[in-house]
Amino acid sequence: MESLSNRKKVLEQKPMNFWERLYLPAIAQGMGITFRHMFKKKETVFYPEVEREFSENWRGMHSLKRDEQGRERCTACGLCALSCPAEAITMIAAERQKGEENLYREEKYAAVYEINMLRCIFCGLCEEACPKEAIYLDGPIVPADYLRKDFIYGKDKLVEEPLKAQ
Amino acid sequence: MSDKVKVTIDGITVEVEPGTSILNAARQIGGDIVPPAMCYYSKLEGSGGKCRTCLVKVSKGSEKDPRPMPKLLASCRTTVMDGMEVQNITSPEVLEARKGVVEILLINHPLDCPVCDQAGECHLQDLSYEHGVGKTRYEFERRTFDKIDIGDKIQLHMTRCILCYRCVYTADQLTNKREHGILGRGDASEISTYIEKAIDNDFSGNVIDVCPVGALTDKTFRFKNRVWFTKPVDAHRDCPTCSGKVTLWFKGEEVLRVTARKDQYGEVEEFICNTCRYDKKKTSDWVIEGPRHISNKSVISSNHYETLKPLPVIKPNLALQAANKEEFERAIKN
Repeated sequence: MESLSNRKKVLEQKPMNFWERLYLPAIAQGMGITFRHMFKKKETVFYPEVEREFSENWRGMHSLKRDEQGRERCTACGLCALSCPAEAITMIAAERQKGEENLYREEKYAAVYEINMLRCIFCGLCEEACPKEAIYLDGPIVPADYLRKDFIYGKDKLVEEPLKAQ
Repeated sequence: MSDKVKVTIDGITVEVEPGTSILNAARQIGGDIVPPAMCYYSKLEGSGGKCRTCLVKVSKGSEKDPRPMPKLLASCRTTVMDGMEVQNITSPEVLEARKGVVEILLINHPLDCPVCDQAGECHLQDLSYEHGVGKTRYEFERRTFDKIDIGDKIQLHMTRCILCYRCVYTADQLTNKREHGILGRGDASEISTYIEKAIDNDFSGNVIDVCPVGALTDKTFRFKNRVWFTKPVDAHRDCPTCSGKVTLWFKGEEVLRVTARKDQYGEVEEFICNTCRYDKKKTSDWVIEGPRHISNKSVISSNHYETLKPLPVIKPNLALQAANKEEFERAIKN
């Protein structure tokens, strides 16, 4: 039957001649290819030390944002946890006390905010659901670890660094 | 001639007792044509007529006088007449007016749903979601008040109040003496107890349930959890003061909140006493009846499954099952 693409090549199989049976030219040819690649530009990067440039819509580790005055934006409304398809987010809310106005933006804040990075599928729905622009998946790749409990990230890992005093 | 009167709402005819309001006639039909109500509460005498969300158009006054009513009417306060024809969702004029009403209700209402404990079961939230516009045109400062503690169990956020007067009627009608009222007039009016006097009546907690917004909230539940993460369960107990029929809101093993049971219009079925509401927060205090049915339009029903058996993924094939069973028996025989 005629082939559809007409690009089929029928190989002729012949018995190997003397030089081919020696295999030495073939080994030399293979080594040549290997050595040539040693001088070519590398495609891989040394990951933890060097990082690739991420695309703009890359979704990495979550960060809980602060506002211009360095107060936490999150008000523990629970919409991120509601929208999360993997149910990775949990939180416990608390009421802001007098004198904490410079720490939290609203009268309610998340006293505990935990994301289970093993459950998280980095879909970004929490980011979309947040009415306070408090959570963004703008961090790096979540690092590997040994224990399951170490993948539950609390506020210590998620909240942005406080503003530096000027 | 029967003493019932005929009224047609959005093309659906219903026979009701004379003296029924249009809103209640619509509720007898049920469905989408029921006008929303923020201030009317069927259990409270004299409520209604404040919020204007239930406006309807009367296109034919009655059989005797078929002229249409000149203006939109508040359906909770207008009684039906024989042969009346009412338009609710079929009239663009009504929908437009309702949009305006929602906008006015939202003028002074803060946008703090992420903080508010009522979010998820708030009538104003539902109403503005259905009828409102996405943006406000109001440019001025919203009125703000400080939080007030009414007793040690009720928190009043006057900022969120839409002045529906439901709580005032509740306090008037359920309790023996007047303890709770509205001070000031017009734009300056505010819900208060005189000199912030604590309410110590047994049924004062019901003002939390009747409040359509988050103005009156339960302090024992304050910021404990979001409504949609809790599981509502019907329960009852022998209570000497009230019927004892309540809804418990569970989170895990813990009862976070106790409320009265609310019907499809958000109105409580039976008022409950403060002991049931605030003090009985152990599962052992209650006889559990079963999970509460929540409309699947509500956010509270998210991740709650009513059937224990999920829908089958594969069509059950009885012939195959029989064959498998035979094969299985043959396999264990050898």
